[in-house]
Amino acid sequence: MKQILSVVLLLAMGWFLVGLVPLGQPTEPGRVAQHYIDNGIDENRGANLVTSVIVNYRGFDTLGEVTVLFLSVAGAGFVLRRRDGLVRHEHRPSSEILQTGARMLFAPIVVFGAYIFVHGHLSPGGGFQGGAVIASAVMLLLLADRSHHLPHGLMHWLESMAGFGYVMAGVAGLVVAGSFLSNQGVLPLGTWNRLFSAGIIPIIYILVGLKVGTELSSLLDVMIDTGRPARQEGGRS
Amino acid sequence: MNAVTPATLYLVTAILLILIGLAGVLVRRNILKMVLGFALADTGINLLIATLGSNPERTAPILDKPELLANPSLVVDPIPQALVLTAIVIGLGVTALMLAYVIRLYALRQSLDIRDFGRLKW
Repeated sequence: MKQILSVVLLLAMGWFLVGLVPLGQPTEPGRVAQHYIDNGIDENRGANLVTSVIVNYRGFDTLGEVTVLFLSVAGAGFVLRRRDGLVRHEHRPSSEILQTGARMLFAPIVVFGAYIFVHGHLSPGGGFQGGAVIASAVMLLLLADRSHHLPHGLMHWLESMAGFGYVMAGVAGLVVAGSFLSNQGVLPLGTWNRLFSAGIIPIIYILVGLKVGTELSSLLDVMIDTGRPARQEGGRS
Repeated sequence: MNAVTPATLYLVTAILLILIGLAGVLVRRNILKMVLGFALADTGINLLIATLGSNPERTAPILDKPELLANPSLVVDPIPQALVLTAIVIGLGVTALMLAYVIRLYALRQSLDIRDFGRLKW
């Protein structure tokens, strides 16, 4: 009975989706998008219009997005904080080659992630993608060596400072141009298609990259930590 | 609709992904597979939005060449791509939180079967 109900529900949903989607018809940009395309360079000087939309035109939305990510990571950390009942495995230490290789790859991957978020206003990529790449480097390190612990103090400090810096960049726009997260007049906009251009957009995206990288790394650490034996010296609360 | 364009193919794939994901959520009993279903539906929705904002006659909304700067109407709508970027990050956070709940639930009953967690059912 439940299976039939599920199939009927899915068929209705599929029929609804197919009717909703204009199959085979390319869409033209709407009025707002046309404004972004025509005036995006004049207003923000960033070559990547998607970055201009995310960090400037919809910057408040991105601040909320970063907050949602922080909340989900904090929620996961809270749920996994109490370790009673969790299965703990004694891991065989991984081989020397794997550990050394992971440690060797760590730095290039972090640099690549930093490259992606520093160039977010020029090329595809940005804070979220670069942060995810950095977190993948941390994941490599944690998987190769289960006894590895992240420097939690440094991570929390970086994460807090990045979030604080984002809000401060917004407040700077409020003070200088009269609207939160405004890009006009806070920093010189610079020349089109140069690294030092687009006003506060690269600054904010670098902060977002640091925040996302540290948050996802903490999340991975918390999840991998659940399979570890409890630490001897008191450990975290 | 004689010729099947890539956009049509993407749309069909996206709808199929959404339906397969929802089917997984509705039919599967293993909580881990339900989480996977959510992630699959999430991917399908992202693909759907990105495809809706695409246009084969236009290019990516990155004005890094002088000819694009001179004629900005050659690029697609940047808003769907920005929204998909947001949606991917939120989807990641939601999936991570769901996986944390799964770890906790497994610790509670040593089971991943959704029928073992029926206490709130009426």
